Amino acid sequence: MIPDLGKYADTVMWSYVVSIALLVALIVFSVMRGRKVRAEMEKVEQRMTRNG
Amino acid sequence: MSIAAKANALWEYANPRKFLATSERVMPFFWITSIACIVVGLIWGFFFTPDDYKQGSTVKIIYLHVPAALMAINCWLMMLATSLVWLVRRHHVSALAARAAAPIGIVMTLIALATGAIWGQPMWGTWWAWDPRLTSFLILFLFYLGYVALWEAIEDPDTAADLTSVLCLVGSVFALLSRYAVNFWNQGLHQGASVMRAAAVTGADTEEKVSNIYFYPLLLCMIGFVLLFIALVLYRTGTEIRARRIKALLARERVNG
Repeated sequence: MIPDLGKYADTVMWSYVVSIALLVALIVFSVMRGRKVRAEMEKVEQRMTRNG
Repeated sequence: MSIAAKANALWEYANPRKFLATSERVMPFFWITSIACIVVGLIWGFFFTPDDYKQGSTVKIIYLHVPAALMAINCWLMMLATSLVWLVRRHHVSALAARAAAPIGIVMTLIALATGAIWGQPMWGTWWAWDPRLTSFLILFLFYLGYVALWEAIEDPDTAADLTSVLCLVGSVFALLSRYAVNFWNQGLHQGASVMRAAAVTGADTEEKVSNIYFYPLLLCMIGFVLLFIALVLYRTGTEIRARRIKALLARERVNG
């Protein structure tokens, strides 16, 4: 399945692992913060509507 | 519609509501196409391209290193453009877009530096050298960190936007240097531009040109990174707009008792 990377196998694999992990972490943290802020805004808006 | 009218229509997106409504509509396209391009580009490059005669299988690192470096520089240039819009027209959305883009730039610069070091070790025999391009990239990375720190350190958002915009103008020198440093100083280890050089792409010269076998999957990865950047900036700017609204609502609540 994985192509024969020869003597540079570790070099190539580490590059992919580090880069993909950083990209996934960026997307996950962005989405998590986005959801948290959106939920908080809805809560504050609802509270303000209730209190007039 | 004339060009002037079209340019004026762009300012409508300075309205946070209009920006959020439009970005919600277009974001699925950017998420799906970016992930599709990156996945296909990486699979193509990793599994279906041969080893380079000089660099062996390490050539496969190009599919991550080059797109990340491309976005590290262009992210700062995007921040420069939106910072200028803030300084000239005082549109909050543009300042928030610059703030939203900075962490993306940090990650892109980090990927470029990390993959460069991992790639450099077997090719140059060292993880790091004080080469013009590497050094200017490291300084760009530090500028990104300073930019984010400055936003966090200043409580008043307008003052923070002013100061970070000025920092962005100064840092642009290093964003451009990290692209063109190899053209000014040729004593470094890093090779010159071999991908995004007009003569290399069109085939007008063959010196240090990336072969088409590697270029097509690389192009797909670069398109994917650009689209991912747009998706992330739109999403994160939306988050910043909402966070700003929360602050405004809480301030109003405190005033009303």
